Amino acid sequence: MADTMQFDLVSPERSLASYQASEVQIPGADGDLTAMPGHTPVVTTLRPGVLKVKGPEGEHDYLVTGGFAEVNAEATSILAEMAKPLGDAKAADLEPLIEAATAAAAEATGAARDMADKQLADLQALRDTVGA
Amino acid sequence: MPSLKDLKNRIESVKSTRKITKAMQMVAAAKLRRAQESAEQSRPYTERFAAVLTAVAQSAKGSDDAPLLLRGTGSDQTHLLVVMTAERGLCGGFNSSIVKKAKAQIDELQGKGKTVKILTVGKKGREQLKRDHADKFVGHVDLSDVKRLGYDNAKDIATDLLARFDAGEFDVATIFYSRFESVISQIPQAQQIIPTPVDAEAGDGTVYDYEPDQDEILAELLPSGVATAIFSALLENGASEQGARMSAMDNATRNAGEMIEKLTIEFNRSRQAVITNELIEIISGAEAL
Repeated sequence: MADTMQFDLVSPERSLASYQASEVQIPGADGDLTAMPGHTPVVTTLRPGVLKVKGPEGEHDYLVTGGFAEVNAEATSILAEMAKPLGDAKAADLEPLIEAATAAAAEATGAARDMADKQLADLQALRDTVGA
Repeated sequence: MPSLKDLKNRIESVKSTRKITKAMQMVAAAKLRRAQESAEQSRPYTERFAAVLTAVAQSAKGSDDAPLLLRGTGSDQTHLLVVMTAERGLCGGFNSSIVKKAKAQIDELQGKGKTVKILTVGKKGREQLKRDHADKFVGHVDLSDVKRLGYDNAKDIATDLLARFDAGEFDVATIFYSRFESVISQIPQAQQIIPTPVDAEAGDGTVYDYEPDQDEILAELLPSGVATAIFSALLENGASEQGARMSAMDNATRNAGEMIEKLTIEFNRSRQAVITNELIEIISGAEAL
């Protein structure tokens, strides 16, 4: 089996990364998962979090706020709504999202409320990671 | 016969018009390059997204509890036409050709007895459609303040559309925009976005696992699909607009040049005539003495 796979990180406005990676840690909606070459085909939604990629030149971290990941044996593609290299990200970038999430959580009820709360908690955790 | 002074003024005014059209052409060329770059950069996302969407949608399409966005409301009585045009004119037939395509569609749908609603993006389309179809307007999106189109703009439009769809305001939504072929050729397009069209042939048949599960993925994927379709249409439209403006302004510059030449010849002829006249007067005056 090949020991690397094609890794693509794309957002609607531009393509951020495209190279061979040996390991991609994805912040999935139901928890982190790590994709390696030969992984069974999976499609998952993303929660706001940090994407860790082991590439040819060491490890790269990216901040993603949501979107999808498509994993199959030869390639991993991340379709992020907003993505940035973690080094360039600032806590201030997340503030508008946190505000929106807070408002959404206040309005939602029932199961939607749980989802909204989780979204908010994820965003806040991410802000702390970035700020730290 | 216009006086020499009149001719001189005309030449000057055409010259300054030419300067303006030339400047507009160069600005459009620069903007076109930027618009093409953004379109290019969004392409990987659109392509990957389409592949994922096709794979997921194909496996879900058959089931009865597939989301409404995928299988439709079961009726196609009410159509919403989203007509995307530019905020500015002076770009040749760009706006008109999109509106023309939309009007043809309106007539066809009405001929079949369907209800038609219109939502416009961009001022020019609204102005042109208001004349005949003012009663069908349900909304307008103003992008005149937007300096650089972002995914957020598309997302806002998509959110608005989806809210209307959830409220049962329409069954089928189609977007009208212009695909950028080249600087001299932009092709008006009509593309159905709701319900999400699924290409039954495409895809490599990979069977995916879903996390959390298929329904939840679809619930996020389909709305994003609408936003993505709108975003790429907006980008194509942006490039088309600048392309159309560039060639329109190139033509205008050339026409102004021709006009200046013609006016200059006329000016020289009149000047010659005036000189000849004066000479005749002097000579006949001298002869009279």
